[in-house]
Amino acid sequence: QLSLFRLTMKRLSSTSHSSVDSKELKKFQLLAHKWWDEEGEYSALHSMNDIRVPFIRDTLLNMSSNYHLGNPLSGVKILDVGCGGGLLSEPLGRLGASVTGIDPLEDNIRTADQHKSFDPVLAKRIQYKSSSLEEIVEECMETFDVIVASEVVEHVGDLEMFIKCCSQVLKPGGSLFITTINKTQLSYVLGIVVAEKIMGIVPEGTHEWEKFVPPEELESLLESNGFSVKTVNGMLYNPLSGSWSWMESTSINYAMHAVKSGVQGQSRPPGTLSEVESEQQPSATAGTAL
Amino acid sequence: TSAMMAGVCGRRLLAVLGGRLRAGPRAPLRSVAAAASLYDVVVSGGGMVGSAMAAVLGHDIHFHDKKIALLEAGPRKEYDCMPDSYSNRVSSISPGSATLLSSFGAWDHVCSLRLKPFRRMQVWDACSEAMIVFEKDDLDDMGYIVENDVIMSALTKQLDAVADRVEVFYETKAVGYTWPLPSHSCDTSPWVQIELADGRRLQAKLLIGADGHNSVVRKEAEIKNIEHQYDQSAVVATLHLAEATDNNVAWQRFLPTGPIALLPLSDTASSLVWSTSHEHASELLAMDEESFVDSVNSAFWSNVNHSDFIDTAGAMFRAALSLLKPSGTAVRQLPPSVATVDPESRAMFPLGMGHATHYVQNRVALIGDAAHRVHPLAGQGVNLGFGDIACLAHHLSAAAFNGSDLGSLKHLLKFETERQRHNVSLIAAIDVLKRLYSTKLAPLVLLRTWGLQATNALPPVKVRISLWSEP
Repeated sequence: QLSLFRLTMKRLSSTSHSSVDSKELKKFQLLAHKWWDEEGEYSALHSMNDIRVPFIRDTLLNMSSNYHLGNPLSGVKILDVGCGGGLLSEPLGRLGASVTGIDPLEDNIRTADQHKSFDPVLAKRIQYKSSSLEEIVEECMETFDVIVASEVVEHVGDLEMFIKCCSQVLKPGGSLFITTINKTQLSYVLGIVVAEKIMGIVPEGTHEWEKFVPPEELESLLESNGFSVKTVNGMLYNPLSGSWSWMESTSINYAMHAVKSGVQGQSRPPGTLSEVESEQQPSATAGTAL
Repeated sequence: TSAMMAGVCGRRLLAVLGGRLRAGPRAPLRSVAAAASLYDVVVSGGGMVGSAMAAVLGHDIHFHDKKIALLEAGPRKEYDCMPDSYSNRVSSISPGSATLLSSFGAWDHVCSLRLKPFRRMQVWDACSEAMIVFEKDDLDDMGYIVENDVIMSALTKQLDAVADRVEVFYETKAVGYTWPLPSHSCDTSPWVQIELADGRRLQAKLLIGADGHNSVVRKEAEIKNIEHQYDQSAVVATLHLAEATDNNVAWQRFLPTGPIALLPLSDTASSLVWSTSHEHASELLAMDEESFVDSVNSAFWSNVNHSDFIDTAGAMFRAALSLLKPSGTAVRQLPPSVATVDPESRAMFPLGMGHATHYVQNRVALIGDAAHRVHPLAGQGVNLGFGDIACLAHHLSAAAFNGSDLGSLKHLLKFETERQRHNVSLIAAIDVLKRLYSTKLAPLVLLRTWGLQATNALPPVKVRISLWSEP
């Protein structure tokens, strides 16, 4: 296992810019087998599905005019960046999406692959790849309808580079969903002191307050890189009930939905009838000289 | 919430222990498991509750792409039109259950076959004059008496309508279940393995046990069941009335040996459900038809169990009540008298009560009699089962729309909490009523007499009891 780890490290350090932070990898390596214990170290991430999946699902349904409630995300291509053991990829796959899950840690991918293998429907709909985001940019230009980066950007090295790569692999008009932690005094007290050191909701050392991202900073980075931020919602974890809920304030956890600007300066969701129709209409002003 | 945490810790501990106890040779090899068909939901038991569960899920929009299997040991039951004679197994269907059945189109079939609505329930004591009448203010139907065969036929039709989603295995018995190990050990299949009598194997992401009060699913899942055999059997029969009447009243009289109930089937026929001692039940089955009819009439009309003391005390209480609430006590109606019994329609079956300590486990849920078994005196048995279905289907539908793993304990526990909260008090109350009415001892008779009279006179209490029987 140690040699595999060294191999992963070597491959990463050879890339010039990197959104992947090697120190972060080390932390997750030790927990690579614990992903699917619903009541173990990752229980808060499991229960986060109860709000983040409906958030993604309903946002996409509201943007689309053509869907079936029995298979709501059918035909949607999703990239799950930092997929870990596949906790979010699997529900999205069950809702009908074609999901590509990437994670720099091979052990995570191995766990994810094994877990999906027992369900033939999921095994077909989800593909996992051990890779960083930069490594797939070239072969995946404008490939995905949706990118989800949930509980990832607080572990990323170069955030602006990360966002640029997201923009490159996303189709025009595509959606980017991010959930992460704000950088406030409250998030230090609750997110690090209480969550890690006192209550053990998150394994100790998982997060570094320095790398938390305030929503204002994230929003401005997104807007200056071709995205239009549509929604920001605060999230709250209740450690007694083990459940998440939405709240007004973004001072601890929050979720953000942004849309990549389309070619003609309009965000039109891919796959809807209107996009196809408008491309086929002849220009009404052709031949009219200015 | 601290209780919830303790519950979660307790369950975690049990899961760990349970996993250690059950791990080992019964876990299948991966290659064998890979060959068996995988279903999202397998319902074991194709009675009224199991079939309705499969049909509800099959008609749920969020289950459009899911695969459901229903296992039933018996043959397929469907009627295009009912035989002339009535079946002796009938159920009292509450309006709430009727709503559930109409939500997936089954109620229309029931109505097109046959059923009898009733508007009123009169319940009275053999040892006193006390009586209580249940009826809705707006003269709506309180409930419906429907033959079980009619319900089954309606359910079969609606299962056929979703045959692309629900696969029904008739004349199929499950003989063994293999449970998955706790989720985080990922080498073996995470699904429930089901072995059928003919050697075939199925896999399920969620197994629903609807296989009756002797549930095999419950036993194999090692879920403890609190059970108690009553020293009573129920005698059922189809009776023909002496004269045609509106027959929209359900009658029940509490005899010291047990309650006798007359449930309307048509203007001239009613179904009998008589709970009594095993010996008396056997006698009733053995006697000739005339004597049987005489016994039934006597049970409803005779005052032999009255005592002067009780009658006086009861009359005093009634007088006191009428001072407080002049219109409080209802008029006593007289039950119809019986002329003949349908030949071959007499049957008996033993009675008991049961309640599973848990309704759910990892990838398993119990519904209907598998989870709880009650005395027929309140006419609630199948309605509790339909209530279970409505609740479980609601949670599973939401889980499917969230992309969740259908067998996950998280939403199964929500179902369990909701239903246990509803069921436990009702089941306990029925058991208490059964015991309270099984005696001739004066103090208890007085208690229940006054209780019944008071309940009858106080509208809020009476309405509450009626509403309580909604699933």
